[in-house]
Amino acid sequence: MTVTTAGPVDDGVLDVVVVGAGVVGTAIARELARYRLRTALVEASGDVGDGTSKANTAILHTGFDAVPGSLESALVHDGRRRLTAYAEEAGIPLEPTGALLVAWDEDQLAALPGLAGKAKRNRCDDTEVIGAGELRAREPRLGPGALGALAVPGESIVCPWTTTLAYATQAVRSGVALHLNCRVAGVRPADGLHLVDTARGPLRTRFLVNAAGLHADDVDRMLGPETFTVTPRRGQLIVFDKFARGLVRHILLPVPTAAGKGVLVSPTVYGNVLLGPTAEDLDDKTATGTTADGIARLREEGRRIVPELLDEEVTAVYAGLRAATGREDYRIDARPDRRYVTAGGIRSTGLTASMAIAAHVVDLLADTGLALGAPRTLAPVRMPNIGEASLRPYRDDRLIAADPEYGTIVCHCERVTRGEIRDALAGDIPPATLDGLRRRTLARGGRCQGFSCGAAVRRLFGAGR
Amino acid sequence: MKRRTVDVLVVGAGPAGLSAAAALAASGAGAVEVLERDAEAGGVPRHCARGGFGLRDLWRPMTGPGYARHWTGAAVRAGAAVRTGVMVTGWSGPLTVEATGREGLEELTARAVVLATGARERPRSARLVPGGRPEGVWTTGELQQAVHLHGLRLGGRALIVGAGPVALAAVHTLRSADAEPVALVTDGSGPGLRPALRRPVPVLSGTVVTELIGRRRLTGVALLRADGRAAVVRCDTVVFTGDFVPEHELARSAGVPLDAGTRGPAVDADFRTARPGVFAVGNVLHGAELAAAAAFEGSRASGAVRRFLADGRWPGARVPVAAEGALRWAAPNLIVPRDTGLRLLLRTGRRVVRPMVTVSQDGRTLHRERLPRPADPERSAPLGARWADGVDGGGGPVRIRLDEARGGSSR
Ligand SMILES: Cc1cc2nc3c(=O)[nH]c(=O)nc-3n(C[C@H](O)[C@H](O)[C@H](O)COP(=O)(O)OP(=O)(O)OC[C@H]3O[C@@H](n4cnc5c(N)ncnc54)[C@H](O)[C@@H]3O)c2cc1C
Ligand SMILES: Cc1cc2nc3c(=O)[nH]c(=O)nc-3n(C[C@H](O)[C@H](O)[C@H](O)COP(=O)(O)OP(=O)(O)OC[C@H]3O[C@@H](n4cnc5c(N)ncnc54)[C@H](O)[C@@H]3O)c2cc1C
Repeated sequence: MTVTTAGPVDDGVLDVVVVGAGVVGTAIARELARYRLRTALVEASGDVGDGTSKANTAILHTGFDAVPGSLESALVHDGRRRLTAYAEEAGIPLEPTGALLVAWDEDQLAALPGLAGKAKRNRCDDTEVIGAGELRAREPRLGPGALGALAVPGESIVCPWTTTLAYATQAVRSGVALHLNCRVAGVRPADGLHLVDTARGPLRTRFLVNAAGLHADDVDRMLGPETFTVTPRRGQLIVFDKFARGLVRHILLPVPTAAGKGVLVSPTVYGNVLLGPTAEDLDDKTATGTTADGIARLREEGRRIVPELLDEEVTAVYAGLRAATGREDYRIDARPDRRYVTAGGIRSTGLTASMAIAAHVVDLLADTGLALGAPRTLAPVRMPNIGEASLRPYRDDRLIAADPEYGTIVCHCERVTRGEIRDALAGDIPPATLDGLRRRTLARGGRCQGFSCGAAVRRLFGAGR
Repeated sequence: MKRRTVDVLVVGAGPAGLSAAAALAASGAGAVEVLERDAEAGGVPRHCARGGFGLRDLWRPMTGPGYARHWTGAAVRAGAAVRTGVMVTGWSGPLTVEATGREGLEELTARAVVLATGARERPRSARLVPGGRPEGVWTTGELQQAVHLHGLRLGGRALIVGAGPVALAAVHTLRSADAEPVALVTDGSGPGLRPALRRPVPVLSGTVVTELIGRRRLTGVALLRADGRAAVVRCDTVVFTGDFVPEHELARSAGVPLDAGTRGPAVDADFRTARPGVFAVGNVLHGAELAAAAAFEGSRASGAVRRFLADGRWPGARVPVAAEGALRWAAPNLIVPRDTGLRLLLRTGRRVVRPMVTVSQDGRTLHRERLPRPADPERSAPLGARWADGVDGGGGPVRIRLDEARGGSSR
């Protein structure tokens, strides 16, 4: 098993290098791990899933509102099916809450049947338009003025952090080399190979996959003339206290109108409630900060959708950047002449589609000339559970009896035990930062944000590395 | 899962819970058990290295850790069982809690439960401070533990948000971690905020934090002054102090109504919540007061707990208090008519130089009083309540209003 964070990278000839360890790159690496190939996954950050993949709304979409006939529509549909099954197998928190697309005015109400038709064309057949009375029965805390809704029972919520980590862990256990702190700075042709210049020295590879998210255009440019540009579209989100969880039963989606997309209210698998995202076109790919305007606008919308939400404390505020490319579809292309596949423009559905994107990219690599050989079974993974819907260690008497460290709660708000923190620090892909530890365990991520546990968590983190 | 029964269960071994347990055990209330989620008993004072404890209630100067040891010892010597590393995670019956510890899961049933779970400072996110999410952002509670319990050294420059007593604790802690406190920032105003420090730190009053700057590490904090001027203070650390919110999770999950002002469980003068047998004491009621005040509440509550154990009586309807005008909260906030023991704490949202208090019910004025000292948002003012005689048990809320007395100015 190879996970490196420093020092020169291996200098043998690789079959495939995947650039970017977000949810897309890790899924691709995992798919490649089925074959007897020398594959490396290289990531600029010190951790996997440290870009857009850690900061989204965590919905496993049906694709009901995709552009029918698009690649995105196909891959979201297929990806949802695959990830739902994989979540079960790998222990990724997932809750099939269903969604309600709530209409707040006559125009939105009038748009619902059209959206139901579009859903059908996206192979999402079980939507249903419901009236105001039925809507209120299903979602009693909704604000006044809701006129009706389109019910989309197939939408779920999922843990984006565990998903990415599960893909990466399984890839690494199955033979993929993961190189962190390894930004790719350039790609040159050399003796029929790609010479990939990284922050930790050169890598030579026969095939190259670009899964660099917001920087997919920069990496693409390293291989030739510009084919697309990525414009970051920021989405700010507010996470409300777990006391808000009882206020919402479904994902409450806005009806997209000419006036814009609107914001959603959604439960999370950790038991919080999300409000967001905004949609702001920017040109700075590092602008993941939140703004006073963004927060104010979200609160205004939230007050209208579920008024009582605003009475609860806020646990976190964050922002993620969607990789918009000006095309209403993914940019997944193969260039056989360059033995190169790019998976770019995975804007707002990449978490859902990740496994299908991976399968598609591997097919394209085969078309490009990569001989895959016969697939093997992947090494199994079973992720620690950080979701509310399944048994957490602090509630598991048998586990505590076997190892009392699971009975020692360190992070009180999120009930994270010393056993879980120890396991994360000793994991195949250990966290590089306190935030990385939070994404693996929830430690320090609760309502007190470390007031009571932070120092102890910091100490365990420092000692465990 | 183990199942056990005790007479009194106290949740939280801070000054409030420990003093309640000590008094209860000493007075023969039966089996008294305190559950503490931390590895050690003592609560927040355990990591308040500075002195300033003890004088008010124990008549001798003590450090925080010394004060914590005093109350832990008092509870243990009186015969209470103080168990650490055991967290109460929820309820499985009206007076039955669920707990997790190294020995596994437990269900504890008590004849009376005392919630003494303390309060936390609102972290940056709960204050909706925009910007990046860099390393270097603290609350005083986290900072004190890291520095005084784990020996953290910070270095660099630090900005402190808040200018109340806890901000002074932050200044002290930063200095002992070799960091330089560059300023205290407060949206409040007036001379009442200027903190008493031997090596003073500039106070920027009428100022709000508008953005935290930095990606991996904090590099600065953007500020906006009341006069519209903006500035960026370069620093490596920012500490959010004060702005307490009660740790009311167990109260809420018991279905105990909270007071709108304090956000803690609503209680009467005998620390009784709305749920029969469930009491609450200390900072969980109202956010931070001095440790001595929390300990005092704990021992006062013990009398009421004992009476309840003896007669099982719980008051029916009580009259809620509504805080109005400059008043942010009043505690206790449920009134039993003709309760002679009633004494309230009042806390304003801003400084009021000549505070005039008016108590009324259903349009009837019960009491008017000019408080002797200015009201400060960082400190509570006491209010006697002989007027409780006139409260109508079947009437509407008792409105307590605090305003600037006419002719006064709000500086
Ligand atoms: C606000 C918001 C809400 C969203 N909600 C949802 C949702 O509910 N459901 C859903 O399915 N999707 C959602 N998405 C979309 C989803 O998050 C993305 O599609 C997905 O995370 C994209 O993954 P990625 O791997 O392509 O990109 P990233 O996660 O950004 O990963 C790219 C990685 O490449 C690395 N990298 C970049 N350049 C280099 C280089 N030169 N060398 C080495 N490494 C490099 C980066 O460090 C990064 O880790 C949302 C997105 C946003 C912003
Ligand atoms: C940073 C800071 C500095 C301070 N400085 C001073 C000072 O200099 N002088 C002074 O007089 N006062 C000071 N105070 C105030 C003083 O510390 C508090 O008033 C006092 O500690 C309150 O006592 P308490 O028992 O109500 O709560 P706490 O001391 O907070 O104790 C509550 C206890 O309950 C435990 N608990 C909570 N929930 C559970 C659960 N579910 N299960 C088990 N256990 C639980 C907690 O772990 C904690 O130990 C300071 C406070 C802070 C935050």
